[in-house]
Amino acid sequence: MALLDERSGTVLGGASPPAAPPAAIRLLRLARELPVLPMAILVPFILVALFAGLVSPYDPTDPIPGARIFEPPFWVQGANPAALLGTDFQGRDVLSRLIYGARVSLIVGVTGTIVAGGIGTTLGILSGYLGGWVDQVIMRVTDAWLALPALVFAIFLATMVGPSMWNIVLILGFVYWTRYARVIRGEVLSLREREFVKLAEIAGASRLRVILRHILPNVVNSAMVLASLTIGVVIIAEASLSFLGVGVPPPQPAWGSMLADGRSMLMVGDWWLTVLPGLCIMMVVLATQLLGDWLRIRLDPQLRNL
Amino acid sequence: MTQFIIRRTFYAIVTLFILSLTIFTVIRLTGDPVAMLAEPGARAEDLDRIRSEWGLDRPLPVQYLAFAKNVLTGQLGQSFNYELPVSTLYFQRLPNSLELALAATLISFVIGIPAGLISAVKVNSAWDNAGKVVALFGLAVPGFWLGLVMILVFSVWLGWLPTSGQGGWRHLIMPAVALGWYFAASLLRLTRSSMLEVMRSEYIKLARLKGLPGYAVIAIHAFKNALIPVLTLAGVNLVVMINAAVIIEVIFAWPGIGRLLYEGIFQRDFPLVQGVVMEAGIMIVLINLVIDVLYAYIDPRIRLSK
Repeated sequence: MALLDERSGTVLGGASPPAAPPAAIRLLRLARELPVLPMAILVPFILVALFAGLVSPYDPTDPIPGARIFEPPFWVQGANPAALLGTDFQGRDVLSRLIYGARVSLIVGVTGTIVAGGIGTTLGILSGYLGGWVDQVIMRVTDAWLALPALVFAIFLATMVGPSMWNIVLILGFVYWTRYARVIRGEVLSLREREFVKLAEIAGASRLRVILRHILPNVVNSAMVLASLTIGVVIIAEASLSFLGVGVPPPQPAWGSMLADGRSMLMVGDWWLTVLPGLCIMMVVLATQLLGDWLRIRLDPQLRNL
Repeated sequence: MTQFIIRRTFYAIVTLFILSLTIFTVIRLTGDPVAMLAEPGARAEDLDRIRSEWGLDRPLPVQYLAFAKNVLTGQLGQSFNYELPVSTLYFQRLPNSLELALAATLISFVIGIPAGLISAVKVNSAWDNAGKVVALFGLAVPGFWLGLVMILVFSVWLGWLPTSGQGGWRHLIMPAVALGWYFAASLLRLTRSSMLEVMRSEYIKLARLKGLPGYAVIAIHAFKNALIPVLTLAGVNLVVMINAAVIIEVIFAWPGIGRLLYEGIFQRDFPLVQGVVMEAGIMIVLINLVIDVLYAYIDPRIRLSK
């Protein structure tokens, strides 16, 4: 490979490319360009999720000692000053549960997306680069998995596997990889015919090396754009599973199960138990969508109209 | 054309085969179905009895053949709880799900298509930006949360609409909006991008050049062609809505297929869950087959390519 690099260098007139600035500086530059609105929403959620133990006033799984159940939040008369946003059906602090719920949503959203992206990108590259029967098998499996409505498939898997947060991560990864496989395969099909890949093959690079050095770096952008689209979907899917009682198991707080718990009180007008967790879901997903739009335009102007 | 239909039908059968194999494997890999059927803490001899009753002690290929036979005969196995074939239960609920899905499709049309059309015709105008905001919220606001908020506002506070159940149009309106909301946003996006693509094409330029007034170009030439992918998406969406409206049907106590699946989960009725998932997959594979064939009928280029 060194040979090829040198050769392309001489073709370009022997000028060495300008030294890239150190990684730290590049990261800083990137951070400065990040769009304001989605970051203003996301950063507080991320900080709160990271430092949940420090910022949450109570343990999210234990009732506040001495508090009643369904205490109203601070703006309603007769609120308990000890519980800012009131208490739930077991007398637990709603604010603390929202804070720990952020942790669950973000962990599941990010890791579930990584699992989906990992499976889908790997299969997409193998399918596109190797072709032949490998391609046929992978694409037929992709078709079959696409035929199931994602949420129904996830519910089915969650029912079978049994609830735990990491199971949900794996399940959502297994459900949402298909889109990556399709898109990445398409890109690899055209990359495979490009000259730099052909040259590497002629120079004797192994298939694995071609995939890792020449194919993978060229599909990373698409994978990231897909990831930005997937993460919100995964967060909503986790909330849906938790809402149905097959997601993150109680007493661990998740926004979806909080919504479900608050449902009974909706009928008597205690709206905050359902509205607050929903607002959190909406804001986080909205921010990831906006961030995704920005990323899409930055990484691939052709996808602007997606 | 006949050859095309035969090939696509063959693909559909392969897809269904892989789908059934996936469901079959997932059930046996991820846990003991017997443990799901039995009461927690059942005795070992009870577990064995259930195992032989359901044929789960036989070799795997034999089990798969029995499962496949059930699917092919259209029975999908016997529900544990209802003691009826799953397909009977499924088709009992189908009209209810269809009613809800049709209403939701209507709502997604009414919101999505005109908004997408205006966004495309007046690109980068205030209308377009408003459309983008609607599309963004459509993806970020979970439908089930929207449903709960609507119950709060229109049922609890205003008392205009019934909170749940099935009846006249007043029962239908909130679940249909909650379900159609997400699909309205995706229709909006697709209508916009499809219109933009058509408007850039040569024949639209010609139509303008020959002096047709703007609205005629848009209405007669552009919109009709832009509508093809939109209607395709709507067709797939309809089938997805019939099968995947689990949470909306739970919230509004709508006696559809989604609720059947939910009941299956909580009554540990694993043949029911498996059957409903399989049925959903079959319906989606079939609608995709129909759409492919219709496309080939309309557009000869499709049936001639590979």
